[in-house]
Amino acid sequence: MKMMEMRTMSRQMTGAKMVVQALKDQGVDVVFGYPGGAVLPIYDEIFQQNDIRHILVRHEQGAVHMAEGYARSTGKPGVVLVTSGPGATNAVTGMTDALLDSIPLVVLTGQVPTFMIGTDGFQEADTVGITRPCTKHNWLVKDTEKLSETIHQAFHVATRGRPGPVLVDIPKDVQFATGTYRGPREAVASHYQPKVKGDLAKITELVELIETAERPIFYTGGGVVNSGPGASQLLRELADATGFPVTSTLMGLGAYPASGKGWIGMLGMHGLYEANLAMHDCDLMINLGARFDDRITGRIADFSPKSKKAHVDIDPSSINKVIHVDLAITGDVGHVLEDLLKVWKSRGRKVNKEGLAKWWGQIEQWKLKKCLTYKNSDKVIKPQYALERLEALTKGRDRYITTEVGQHQMWAAQFLGFEAPNRWMTSGGLGTMGYGFPASIGVQIAHPDALVINVAGEASWLMNMQEMGTATQFRTPVKQFILNNERLGMVRQWQQLLHGERYSHSWSESLPDFVKLAEAFGWKGIQCKDPKDLDDAIMAMIEYDGPVLFDCLVEKHENCFPMIPSGKPHNEMLLGDASTEGAIQAGGAVLV
Amino acid sequence: MSALKIKKGSTSHSAYDLRDPFAEVMETHTLAVLVDNEAGVLARVIGLFSGRGYNIESLTVAEVDHEGHRSRITVVTTGTAPVIEQIKAQLGRLVPVHDVHDLTVEGPSVERELALFKVSGAGEKRVEALRLADIFRANVVDSTLESFVFEITGTPEKIDAFAELMRPLGLVDVARTGVAALARGA
Ligand SMILES: Cc1ncc(C[n+]2csc(CCOP(=O)(O)OP(=O)(O)O)c2C)c(N)n1
Ligand SMILES: [Mg+2]
Repeated sequence: MKMMEMRTMSRQMTGAKMVVQALKDQGVDVVFGYPGGAVLPIYDEIFQQNDIRHILVRHEQGAVHMAEGYARSTGKPGVVLVTSGPGATNAVTGMTDALLDSIPLVVLTGQVPTFMIGTDGFQEADTVGITRPCTKHNWLVKDTEKLSETIHQAFHVATRGRPGPVLVDIPKDVQFATGTYRGPREAVASHYQPKVKGDLAKITELVELIETAERPIFYTGGGVVNSGPGASQLLRELADATGFPVTSTLMGLGAYPASGKGWIGMLGMHGLYEANLAMHDCDLMINLGARFDDRITGRIADFSPKSKKAHVDIDPSSINKVIHVDLAITGDVGHVLEDLLKVWKSRGRKVNKEGLAKWWGQIEQWKLKKCLTYKNSDKVIKPQYALERLEALTKGRDRYITTEVGQHQMWAAQFLGFEAPNRWMTSGGLGTMGYGFPASIGVQIAHPDALVINVAGEASWLMNMQEMGTATQFRTPVKQFILNNERLGMVRQWQQLLHGERYSHSWSESLPDFVKLAEAFGWKGIQCKDPKDLDDAIMAMIEYDGPVLFDCLVEKHENCFPMIPSGKPHNEMLLGDASTEGAIQAGGAVLV
Repeated sequence: MSALKIKKGSTSHSAYDLRDPFAEVMETHTLAVLVDNEAGVLARVIGLFSGRGYNIESLTVAEVDHEGHRSRITVVTTGTAPVIEQIKAQLGRLVPVHDVHDLTVEGPSVERELALFKVSGAGEKRVEALRLADIFRANVVDSTLESFVFEITGTPEKIDAFAELMRPLGLVDVARTGVAALARGA
């Protein structure tokens, strides 16, 4: 039996054919890519088959962000195929983005033939050298015999442990040469097997803390989403059974539902007042798959001074990197939560009811601040109002949201509610303007019938607008909801608060006529500037069967609050109605 | 190792961590990193140190298992206790890395470095250089009428000390291998 299998699985074929075969055997159904000289043999193979769909992008950065959107919304790795030299360098931003947000990607690049490597050949770049710091791992394959195995390893590494982007660089002669194909199961087992089970003794210690804590909080992150739907389910069960409040980072939104009774909103620099104060005052912080990013902690020395901190993370290097924790559990969030629930239940489901009741009383008090309050207007559309209406009009639908980077991103995180994981795609760690539009196409490719909306700023959106052609060609009905403030709004806000209102190059000059631009690519264009017309315009966008470019002209000088200025502790947050003059001192100004 | 079998320092993930996590004192640690000897692996390790701003005091690398294609990288690094922990964790997550050992905290270890010293001079100084070399058990591996090349092995401190003594005696060139280290015992 085994021999039979071996014989059918191991075949002689060209490297180019192996690439396609390996992708099929890995269950890949779509590849985002762009051809060029060094990948022509692979493109020839793609031409001669129908199992894998190829999405032709308009710029390699777009391909990587599409693959990220695909991966983030499905939980499967995204696959990218680009040529050598400029094809590879154009993919660098996307890979760095995926590395910082732990998104599994397999990027295949063509390379000049092995005998030309090092000669500054046409379109030669040291791709593995350039991408070493922006991938989880990368390989240059110099021998066709090793190609299939390397690709299988690449999928293994991209998806195991903390997910991330990997790259396989394939010289053109390796694509042409013939070798033995090996299937995924014949590939040599990788020693790379990160531990997923948490230490039971430590999990029990955490249960003990849970049983007595007076002011506990779950601080959840992207790791819960990455761990899979099971982890989100377990988080919901644990949070609801214990009655503990839950806050989340930008990357973790949706793991616990916004309608859940424990939900107290996003935390961090633009997080909710109640979430940040609860983090500051808690006595037990349970970090699940988050990494104490500087957007979250504010000033380290004042970060949650009164709490015992527990940290569950699959990546040991995340533990004690920025914040020293009292209890570290290395493992996959899903596995750890499963064991944690078991132990907690077996010990009688104890919590400190009295303490919790007081704690919630305090949290309710903080909620009364209504920190997201803004001054609405009947003359001009406030960006917050636009998002409130978008939320109200799309809520019940099968909806996926992507964003660009800037104020609109933070408002989207504040004003949209997420009920399920994998529904929210945003560039968190790298903050990549230009991410959202291609990501929305990737999401739509994975979910053809869903409503996919990119909440965008006009400046970010222009950074990858070439992908309009891709959306038209592949009939992805993505909705681009641009909150057009004619400003690099987030930059303008910092200049107002930190740089004496000197608005150096932070406005969007010479913007296109977005409606005409839409029409030029065969899209529908909508412009809206009157709050009274907004609902109808949003409905027209949702109901249109095709891509829509929605130019929503909003208030130009709105600031995004709450805001914890860089270098400030959580309890020194700026609120919308506060005086912002001198709020940020010189020490804080050096931080980003 | 102490009688209690509690490793000195151990890792900060351990309940027996005896060090202050916020200590600002710089420590020097010798790390042994076992890696697959694949293309680019050294660049990966060095890139990690430079990219994250860690220090390398010395670094040696060579394949130690030709059949298994394993290399052993010995890095001597300095940093505060939390930084050292980060370095180990960051090394540990590199895909071709199999094992990271902190020889400084994992019980006693032996460290040796090899160095070559070229000393030139004549008369009294030349005699004195030869006499000191003898005390340090350095061998003469080359000599001309006005120069010696000494070969010395020992701890980095011993080699430093020898260098200090040779300097006034006409030291012209030094080549050092960096540290190779192994844990003591079976
Ligand atoms: C590629 C890139 N370049 C620069 C920045 C710095 N940056 C952050 S937000 C921002 C302005 C974004 O403007 P817009 O997309 O219109 O969003 P708004 O803040 O106005 O909502 C800039 C320039 C970035 N994040 N990414
Ligand atoms: Mg803008």
